[in-house]
Amino acid sequence: MNRNVKDIIVESITGICVLVIIFIIVSILTITIVGGWPNLNWAFLSEFPKDGMTKGGIFPAIVGTAVMTIIMAVAAVPFGVITAIYLAEYANEKSVIAKTIRFAVKTLAVVPSIIFGLFGLGFFIGFVGKNMDSLFSGGELRWGQPNILWASLTMALLTLPVVIVSVEEAIRTIPRDMREASLALGATKWQTIRKVVLPGSVSGILTGTILAVSRGAGEVAPILFTGAVYFSSHLPHSLSDQFMSLGYHIYIMSTQSSNVDATQPIQFATTLVLLFLTFSLNAVAVILRYRIRKRTK
Amino acid sequence: MNDIKVKVKDLSLRYGTNLALKKISMDIPEKMVTAFIGPSGCGKSTFLRTLNRMNDLIDNVAIEGEVFIDNINIYDKNIDVVNLRKKVGMIFQKSNPFAKSVYDNIAFGPRINGISHKSNLDEIVERSLKQAAIWDEVKDRLFHSALSLSGGQQQRICIARSLAVNPEILLMDEPASALDPISTAKIEELIHELKKEYTIIIVTHNMQQAARTSDLTALFYLGDLIEMNKTEIIFSNPAKKQTEDYISGRFG
Amino acid sequence: MVTFNKKKFRFSDWLAEKVIKAVAFLSIAVVILIFIFVFREAFPIFKMDKKEAASTETLVQESYGGLGTDNSTVKSADNQVDNSNRKQTNDEKPSSSLLSKTWMPVSDNPRYGLWPLFLGTLKVTLIALLFATPISILAAIYTSMFAKPGIREIIKPVIELLAGFPSVVIGFFALMVMATVLQNIFGYASRLNAFVGGIAMGLAAIPIIYTLTEDALTAIPKTFIEASLGLGASLRQTAFYVVLPAAVPGIFAAVVLGLGRIFGETMIALMATGNAAMISMNPFDSVRTLSATIGAEMAEVVFGDIHYNVLFLIGSLLFIFTFALNALAEFYFKNLVVRKYQSKK
Repeated sequence: MNRNVKDIIVESITGICVLVIIFIIVSILTITIVGGWPNLNWAFLSEFPKDGMTKGGIFPAIVGTAVMTIIMAVAAVPFGVITAIYLAEYANEKSVIAKTIRFAVKTLAVVPSIIFGLFGLGFFIGFVGKNMDSLFSGGELRWGQPNILWASLTMALLTLPVVIVSVEEAIRTIPRDMREASLALGATKWQTIRKVVLPGSVSGILTGTILAVSRGAGEVAPILFTGAVYFSSHLPHSLSDQFMSLGYHIYIMSTQSSNVDATQPIQFATTLVLLFLTFSLNAVAVILRYRIRKRTK
Repeated sequence: MNDIKVKVKDLSLRYGTNLALKKISMDIPEKMVTAFIGPSGCGKSTFLRTLNRMNDLIDNVAIEGEVFIDNINIYDKNIDVVNLRKKVGMIFQKSNPFAKSVYDNIAFGPRINGISHKSNLDEIVERSLKQAAIWDEVKDRLFHSALSLSGGQQQRICIARSLAVNPEILLMDEPASALDPISTAKIEELIHELKKEYTIIIVTHNMQQAARTSDLTALFYLGDLIEMNKTEIIFSNPAKKQTEDYISGRFG
Repeated sequence: MVTFNKKKFRFSDWLAEKVIKAVAFLSIAVVILIFIFVFREAFPIFKMDKKEAASTETLVQESYGGLGTDNSTVKSADNQVDNSNRKQTNDEKPSSSLLSKTWMPVSDNPRYGLWPLFLGTLKVTLIALLFATPISILAAIYTSMFAKPGIREIIKPVIELLAGFPSVVIGFFALMVMATVLQNIFGYASRLNAFVGGIAMGLAAIPIIYTLTEDALTAIPKTFIEASLGLGASLRQTAFYVVLPAAVPGIFAAVVLGLGRIFGETMIALMATGNAAMISMNPFDSVRTLSATIGAEMAEVVFGDIHYNVLFLIGSLLFIFTFALNALAEFYFKNLVVRKYQSKK
């Protein structure tokens, strides 16, 4: 075969692969929008489910997801930022400790999310919660069962590496000059981190937080048995309450609902809400990250 | 000659296995300008950075020997490096103002030293900027970003920022190498003014600059101190053949 | 006057350093805690075994012989003396049941045979990899080698957006749309099966394999490409004979990490594979994967029950496997890459 023809064929095949992937992405988006948009209105967003979940809205699932991700972020972001500071500023790259921590972070990033769910069940509920019950409430069951706190903390562990990676990347784009300028003025290492490094990493911390929230809002496996419920007649008003979540709602409605066909509009609309949420968060993060990377050039 | 401010005895520095400075000894007098010259890679900047222990930040660096500042060995294990650096300020080759306002740049040092009173800070900022001969140019732009200034102005902001900490010694690592001739002239003029109050040590690759600004000149070559003497002697009647070759442009 | 001849103790610096170092250990601690707590809940299976084995050593042989074909040994009530804390009266020996061919945890005679789950996971994983690997690698080649810079800037973020789709959304899409479309095309019997699940999980793995492959391809020194083009090779020849071979270790690492993602994926498996634990080689039959089994059954088991322990055992296996995959990608493949370009970095 002529070499030019071969070139064109091969390039086309690779180009088609790109198009196929993009086509799938666009299909998911389009079908979700087309299927979900008609049912999306204020009532749907602001009402509780009605008539055995076949009608009504998803208000408690939205609130549950929001509260869960907020608690998650409050737990994950400080620890993530501090670990990133350690890796970027304190760790000696060649030391065994730094290497081990790095490997641990990578491991956390690839451990299947269902394992985090098991861990949450075994550790937070079966160990920490149980012991809290026997210490504080004389064995009465309160913390030793699934709730929004344990679900959020489980999710925080899952999103910890997301925060660490984003923040460390941002810290590393701060030029060495800036640190030297600060130290040469007689600033201590901690003053340098607080006044020069952290202010320069704000966008990275923000990116990490947004990515973590987006990830946490969409994950379902870790909360399957650590706190999410099928239906709740009230919003969670204590950390020991269970909660409804958007992702779990989609899963339950599409697989366990008593009438899957009748609730299809609800399913699509819920998926649209979740996708819109994670999608827009991701878009913001991508833009922020792009701006951080540009700074290094 | 003035009193000795910095006394270096048999200082050697290694990067890993590479010997970058070989048993350097020298005396640097107070309130004068001492210039380090030599071809690039000769160790002059590395040597400068040993005087405020900036090399501590680099992995794999091993230092032997002694450096006395006001008769205290700064490599003694009880030394407080943070306070040392307050006393020995440093200006870098590439101007490196923080991405903050001019005011906040100058106030950075005083603030980390616990000065927070507005009127005190205002006073320090004004004095430092005046000392660095840039007050007139920036007094209406104190709260603009320092990064919006020209390269030469940024470098003088960095000098003012160092002065705000009240150092006694100023280390300047090729402070004008990235600047245009007019900005360079301003920096040199400033150095001339500052030596009335500060001990200044400047690294330069520009021999004319050394000749114009310094009282003493030291020539480094491949990690050795070849010769150190009064600037006019180095440039007119050097003792070593290597020095003569270098200043007449035969190498480096 | 500032003096520096005596080290000053700065409390906030001291505290900051201690806190930062302590917190940094959290990641290690979490990994270790996951190990401990997931394994701890799985461990009782083996403990029960040993106890039983010790007390019934001689009887075991006989009962095996007596039961013949069924290798999931059912124990008689006589042997339950030191297991009286367990509720079921017809407890079997868990470890022998684990290797049986039936997964039937909720019945009068529960069986915990993992084979159907292993096979199901393997089937789905293979399908997903066969779908995701070529398409991702080829797309990455297009992006890094053939696309014009302006187009590359668009393609990359768009494909990476797929990584931001929650797996429950991909699962929902597979369940509602793909299952029907694929059934219409291939005309198989059960709507949800290994094939649909595999394709959907492949979608989840595509952004991982794509991004890491693209990174590996762009990490190849420009001089390689210029040298090849300078010798008169076409861009296509350069891509496939120069860049691709040089990037092989990086691409392997990408596929390995994609594999890890597929292997542990739970929501898509739950929603799109049909969840029937059966032994079959047909890709169009329903399957139940290891992770989906945990996801589906954990909420309904009794704390401390054998079933509960077995689910944790499955979790331990998943954890060990992904841990090993990650270690492989991290140490083996990365070393290959580093050795190849040692002079570069």
